[in-house]
Amino acid sequence: MAQMTMIQAITDALRVELKNDENVVLFGEDVGKNGGVFRATEGLQDEFGEDRVFDTPLAESGIGGLAIGLATQGFRPVPEIQFFGFVYEVMDSISGQMARMRYRSGNTVNMPITLRSPFGGGVHTPEMHADSLEGLMAQQPGLKVVIPSNPYDAKGLLISAIRDNDPVIYLEHMKLYRSFRDEVPEEEYTIELGKANVKREGADITFIAYGAMVQASLKAAEELEKDGVSAEVIDLRTIAPLDVETIVESVKKTGRCVVVQEAQRVAGIASQIVAEIQERAILHLEAPVLRVTAPDTIFSFPQAEDVWLPNHKDIVKKANEALNY
Amino acid sequence: MTLKDSGLSNDQLLDMFYYMLLSRRSDERMWLLNRSGKIPFVVSCQGQEAMQVGSSFALHKGVDYTAPYYRDVGVVLTMGMTVKELFLQAFAKAEDPNSGGRQMPGHFGHRRLNMLSGSSPVTTQVPHAVGIALALKMKQEEAVSFVTLGEGSSNQGDFHEGLNFASVHDLPVIVMVENNQYAISCGIEQQVNCKHISDRAIGYGIHGETVDGNDPVAVYQAISNARKRALAGMGPTLIEAVAYRLTPHSSDDNDLTYRTKEEVDLAKEKDGLIIFKRTLKDQGILTADIEQAYEAKIKALIDEATTYADEAPYADVSTLFDGVYHQ
Repeated sequence: MAQMTMIQAITDALRVELKNDENVVLFGEDVGKNGGVFRATEGLQDEFGEDRVFDTPLAESGIGGLAIGLATQGFRPVPEIQFFGFVYEVMDSISGQMARMRYRSGNTVNMPITLRSPFGGGVHTPEMHADSLEGLMAQQPGLKVVIPSNPYDAKGLLISAIRDNDPVIYLEHMKLYRSFRDEVPEEEYTIELGKANVKREGADITFIAYGAMVQASLKAAEELEKDGVSAEVIDLRTIAPLDVETIVESVKKTGRCVVVQEAQRVAGIASQIVAEIQERAILHLEAPVLRVTAPDTIFSFPQAEDVWLPNHKDIVKKANEALNY
Repeated sequence: MTLKDSGLSNDQLLDMFYYMLLSRRSDERMWLLNRSGKIPFVVSCQGQEAMQVGSSFALHKGVDYTAPYYRDVGVVLTMGMTVKELFLQAFAKAEDPNSGGRQMPGHFGHRRLNMLSGSSPVTTQVPHAVGIALALKMKQEEAVSFVTLGEGSSNQGDFHEGLNFASVHDLPVIVMVENNQYAISCGIEQQVNCKHISDRAIGYGIHGETVDGNDPVAVYQAISNARKRALAGMGPTLIEAVAYRLTPHSSDDNDLTYRTKEEVDLAKEKDGLIIFKRTLKDQGILTADIEQAYEAKIKALIDEATTYADEAPYADVSTLFDGVYHQ
């Protein structure tokens, strides 16, 4: 076992798969010599050569298209989009093309693409660098959307994503890249896509979160424990497909639920989860299912970011609303 | 049209004519089927058969890869799609190997024939073909990736992003712009302000040339040379083949609202199919007997394909969830 940050775990997973499968290729803007703007691919070009890890021109749509062409020839492309806010430039390649290639070819073509990209607030980025756009991806059938919340999960989920025969959007929260270390096994391991993880068991209320909001939810759960409240925390790990079973099972047990997302409120994953719960477990509920989200504005300017982003205090407050309903 | 120095035998020239005729007659049948309410949509190859068949003859079947665009009846038939398969896709039936009835007509793709499925937003196929070319280079395969698009599509960002990447990496890709003078209703003068689409090659540092798209032999030679360059590691080529779209954009528009009948009639005199037939006859390569035999064979094939595709079942509703994810 080694202590790793999430970025180290990601690099480790990429190295494992580059070693395991010669069809795995990494590319994107500055991923080669520079090792990526966050150093996720640091050292990999030296280790595996310029054919396996290479820089592309600044052309996101072209990066997506290239991945599609390579995937048809048996490669497992792992393109990087430098910041997920730039995803609009490659939206057609993702939602219009790779997500539909299997369907439109009458199920004759695999699209084993893992598109990695950093996102998320809390690190004072300029505009278009931090947006949580996972909802756009989750709405597209044919895609899987994976968002790790810690170094251990990051490695296992990324290996699974690369081995998956469908396109996976793998989103890396920037705040989590280097904020803490975890025990990460040096050997390879996988974590099943589409399965949530109960991070903390509890009896009184369920928090459902993903990405950086898992840490906030765990912190809220610790605070509430001082008041004698037992909170369960579910880390979704994958938001598409959504593990509705684990969610519903937990809510049936606790009867109260707060769904937490860093994204703005409208049309997000949280809304989807609330809908699933009310359809499947309404008679088990002691209170309305509540949401903690960012407000419906453009992502905050850096000076107001701490106010804009949901945090553990917001979660505690919402939890108390549910508990005192 | 010079046939002498083409390097093509008389049999090959006749074959070329056969596929051009097959494409034209197949297209004509689709219009009849559309107008009689049998198929929903036609997007025509008429006027572009010479460039489509001429280019495909320079490719190696079962070796090279194609990413055709929606008018490429001539490309797909030459590359090995059967008439029956063509009509199965026009009728959108379950047995259609292009997509099992899921795609819009003309959105060709065929796994066995190394043909990549395209989609309705135009030019997306260019970076896909470039990706295939990169794969071919990495696997050191003796093959090229061939992609086509209309001249209107050359204004898309994907055209630039694809060609630029292909050039940076000297990839074995041949991009053929089928300039038929119209992007639906907009004439060429509304689309670009350069003399030739092939001039854009200069910006990518690659070879570009414009050829007479009504001359299948000229297109064949241009693509043959491009293929040689690609396999020699000399990178991509941009070919612009110029002809004229003889039909409306599709079965859903009236072209006389944006162009004159005189203009269309004038273009019909330069129709590659007619000129090629005349040339082959003048040189004694095509006889009336051979032509008659081709017409009879083609009619029988199309009749059979029409009946088969018409009677074939649609994809069952129970397959609605198939192909969304790997199962």
